[in-house]
Amino acid sequence: MNKQLFRVKDLGQVDRSKPLRFKFDGKFFVGYRGDTLASALLANGIHLVGRSFKYHRPRGILSAGAEEPNALVQVGEGNGTDPNTRATQIKLEDGLIVKSQNRWPSLLLDLGYINNLLHRLLPAGFYYKTFMWPSSWWMRYEYWIRRIAGLGEAPKGADPDRYEKTHAHCDVLIVGGGPAGLSAALAAGKTGARVVLVDEQDSFGGSLNSNTDCTVDEHTTLDWRKRTLAILEGMPEVILLNRTVATGYYDHNFLTLLETVSPGQQNQSEYKTRQRLWKIRAKRVVLATGALERPLVFKDNDRPGIMLSASMRAYLNQYGVSPGNRVLLFTNNDDAYRTAISLKENNIPIAGIVDLREDPTGELVDRIRHEGIALYPGYAIVSTTGHLRIKSVRIMKLNDDGTKVIGNAKDITCDCIGMSGGWNPTVHLFSQSGGKLEWDDKFERFLPKIANQPLISIGACNGTQSLSDCLKDGLKAGAESARATNNKGRAPGTPRVVESKCNDERAIWIIPRENSYKKNGKYFVDFQNDVTASDISLAAREGYRSVEHLKRYTTMGMGTDQGKTSNVTALAILGETLGTTAPNIGHTTFRPPYTPATIGAYAGRNVGALFDPIRTTAMHEHHEEFGAKFEHVSQWMRAWYYPKPNETMQQTINREVKAARDSIGLLDASTLGKIDIKGLDAAEFLNRIYTNSWLKLAPGKARYGLMLKEDGMVMDDGVTTHLNSNHYHMTTTTGGAASVLDWLEEWHQTEWPDLDVYFTSVTEHWAVASICGPNCRSLLAELAPELDLSDEAFPFMTVKEGDVAGIAARIFRISFTGELSFEINVPRRYGLALWQALIEKGEKYDICPYGTEAMHVLRAEKGFIIVGQETDGTVTPHDLGMDWIVSKTKHDFIGKRALSRSDMLKSDRKQLVGLLNENENEVIPEGSQIVEMLQPSPPMAMIGHITSSYYSPNCNRSIAMALIKGGKARIGKTLHIPLKNKTIKVKVTDTLFLDKNKELTDG
Amino acid sequence: MLYIECPWCGFRDDEEFHYGGEAHIQRPTDPNELNDEEFSEYLYLKSNPKGVILERWLHSRGCRRWFNVLRNTVTNEITEIYPIDTLPNSKEGTEYYGQNWRRKSSVEKTIKPREYK
Repeated sequence: MNKQLFRVKDLGQVDRSKPLRFKFDGKFFVGYRGDTLASALLANGIHLVGRSFKYHRPRGILSAGAEEPNALVQVGEGNGTDPNTRATQIKLEDGLIVKSQNRWPSLLLDLGYINNLLHRLLPAGFYYKTFMWPSSWWMRYEYWIRRIAGLGEAPKGADPDRYEKTHAHCDVLIVGGGPAGLSAALAAGKTGARVVLVDEQDSFGGSLNSNTDCTVDEHTTLDWRKRTLAILEGMPEVILLNRTVATGYYDHNFLTLLETVSPGQQNQSEYKTRQRLWKIRAKRVVLATGALERPLVFKDNDRPGIMLSASMRAYLNQYGVSPGNRVLLFTNNDDAYRTAISLKENNIPIAGIVDLREDPTGELVDRIRHEGIALYPGYAIVSTTGHLRIKSVRIMKLNDDGTKVIGNAKDITCDCIGMSGGWNPTVHLFSQSGGKLEWDDKFERFLPKIANQPLISIGACNGTQSLSDCLKDGLKAGAESARATNNKGRAPGTPRVVESKCNDERAIWIIPRENSYKKNGKYFVDFQNDVTASDISLAAREGYRSVEHLKRYTTMGMGTDQGKTSNVTALAILGETLGTTAPNIGHTTFRPPYTPATIGAYAGRNVGALFDPIRTTAMHEHHEEFGAKFEHVSQWMRAWYYPKPNETMQQTINREVKAARDSIGLLDASTLGKIDIKGLDAAEFLNRIYTNSWLKLAPGKARYGLMLKEDGMVMDDGVTTHLNSNHYHMTTTTGGAASVLDWLEEWHQTEWPDLDVYFTSVTEHWAVASICGPNCRSLLAELAPELDLSDEAFPFMTVKEGDVAGIAARIFRISFTGELSFEINVPRRYGLALWQALIEKGEKYDICPYGTEAMHVLRAEKGFIIVGQETDGTVTPHDLGMDWIVSKTKHDFIGKRALSRSDMLKSDRKQLVGLLNENENEVIPEGSQIVEMLQPSPPMAMIGHITSSYYSPNCNRSIAMALIKGGKARIGKTLHIPLKNKTIKVKVTDTLFLDKNKELTDG
Repeated sequence: MLYIECPWCGFRDDEEFHYGGEAHIQRPTDPNELNDEEFSEYLYLKSNPKGVILERWLHSRGCRRWFNVLRNTVTNEITEIYPIDTLPNSKEGTEYYGQNWRRKSSVEKTIKPREYK
């Protein structure tokens, strides 16, 4: 059913040999290749495409570009669906499925339209005024507000489409492929410079596609465009990117470009990329972003069929689509006359031109008069009729200063209006780049003034109006930018342009009312957010005088279009209300992205398994075989616990924890950070970094150390070993490895460059198996027969080198469990072999691999802290009860001075204590808040929180550690932990739960 | 996104770097000599100028070296990059360094001046 009743014969650039079928709201339609969704709908006579955000008023297609506030549709189905997409920027594809939004049950009959009748109850700031109380009802309000005031629907599941990211550098990046951008690319490209030219539309050319009433060097604008593109395509250093929006302009000429590679092709092929995000660094940028036409603000100016005049011309000349059967033009400048001439040339009936100007002159006006088209100079539209489509307008004469309408009204029937309220240069990217704007009084607009980065604005976005000036400026800017990037060449000669001259405009921001006492009807400024002129005045009267406040209060300039058609008009109206002018009001901040961007494009391929790198140890394969459950510790996958069949997690942990104290436990400790430290001043350096003393540590000996930040707070801990003269092996927490290395480097490079010391990360070089428990010495003796493992020969806190299972190893006798323990370090590639040897030989001792959860329980039984669990950046060694590790004799170390600041000496600081639940079998949830005085309901004064909490099979009860205000003084007291459904009673103790007599002192 | 010229590796995107805060805050020679207020000044008080600032950067995903940068906080323009253990050379950098409030502070008077190369 290829009707397309509004397609004009033999006009435009769509390919009529390629009909494309698409579905809109369940009905099939046909358009042509080269159409946008909007042009295809218009060709089928469809103007009504959506309902407005707040009042649910019927809305039509307003524009033909990125500024579109009304024609927002839901594209595609399923999880690949894309809501709030501008119909004006969707390239028509065969099989495209599109739905209108914000209507129920249908576009023609929308029950939400009742909001329009209730509009007196819905003034600016309505939500803020109405839904303030009772506060407990907010959740209920929100549900309904979201249902009624909404746009499209977000997909529920993960996006199935593929997105890519790419990085590029270029000499000259040109944004906008209209006449100025194309000529800039031509001039820059001729020098051999690396040029990237982007345009958001499917076809390059911009206004050349629709302003077909000019000639360039005796060619039609379309021919010139075609020739220029052919030349550019032949230049190997020029990249042309169509359907690509420059979304953001950041520092140092870094821009993001969002390229739509295959629109509407969602789900079709998993190998097909939907969008590509270009991150591009340009030496020079040329902004040729054009200008956006302003709507006029008159009574009920939002009816379907009312559109922007130049957009109407674009639909006609570029897509061969007639906007209607009887077109009225309403303008304050000459541009609408060009639309009228195009319509006339294609025999589309014109109801007339209503011009705000008293006495329009010039060649365009003369031509209109000559053609016999009805012209109403000094008139304005005072009202409109038509519910789902404009039917008629009433016009009246304006008085001299444009504040009133006078005389007799005249009614004109029409089914379409092309309006033009002047032009706003598209200064978004310029402003994002940090450039300063300046108000131009003559045409009432903001223009680029002072650039903050190496860029040039040219063409309409710089206020240039005539085609010949755009081409001239483009050539000049292209050549200059290329020269600035060390490319040589001159700009080509400026082409001869034949065009009509456009004259001044008359700005009347709000068209006066017919009857000043009758206040019905709406004067829309921001179509997308349903913000009217009276909303803006009301907000100003209520005190929202700053433009940023106005924006947030009325929602003017928010939404997917970010006020592209409305911002300047709104500023001018605010200025009029406040008795000042737009330049004194200023403008809201332009922020990226320029048009809405898919989050998927920013994520690119960094989703799912590729979201973050995963690090595994040399023994990982074995853990997997053993059925280990894993947990992520920073980027590492660590074995969490090794469940046997039919075991609960708690049963597994209990078994592992018992085994480590009863026979042998085996832990993969490879993930601990390891830093190799060498140099004549290594000991001196450690002495400055750690809180305890390091100058007299003999070779072969190890020492536990605590690192503080300069503010005295615990930063990291670990054992550092003096391997041999001036050679140390430092270990850090798993999560702290990188930051500790940075920390050491920072102090060395920035404060003590005179110290002779070198740091190398060796975390990945060593695989570490830690064995602990009463039988671990016998096991190690079997695997390392040549080593003397006796207490005398190999005491606690020492290191030995020797073969273990035939592998050259470093063995540290250190312990994180309180048990006799050896940490066997071998080169990574032998890690698995070592592990397997330990398992094999350990079988007779029932060797039990244990995971990180059991490790946590084992260390907690002994009251050992974990940095990051017991500490959070606000905890000092004294808070942890670790005064013993802070040297009293050392004159200085990092963090020492801060420990004696007055705040550090307060007795009510949070201190680490142990807690015992009255119910021995119950484990308190970690993070629970602790109170002293229990109240029947919140609020209650919280005095601390649980940092670690486990069931300890060795203590036969639950144990916990907590940071509590003045905790040490509370030992022996009872405190309370109020949970959602019950309260736990706890007794405060010290943090040593097992081995109270310290018999396991050797670790 | 800033484009920073590492003195060792050349121009790189700022995602390769870590910001290191204000430059030329030397650690007191003997922090024990400072009273609480003075020590807090060293520890917490940072310059927050509109315009020129001297700051430290670390090429953390590159050569791992620290260096100093003269940046304009309004425009983000970087006009000088110099080694970590030197003072700025440019006129505006030298001026800013000399006029910075820290030069007059009692804390800095207790510091044995760094021997800048």
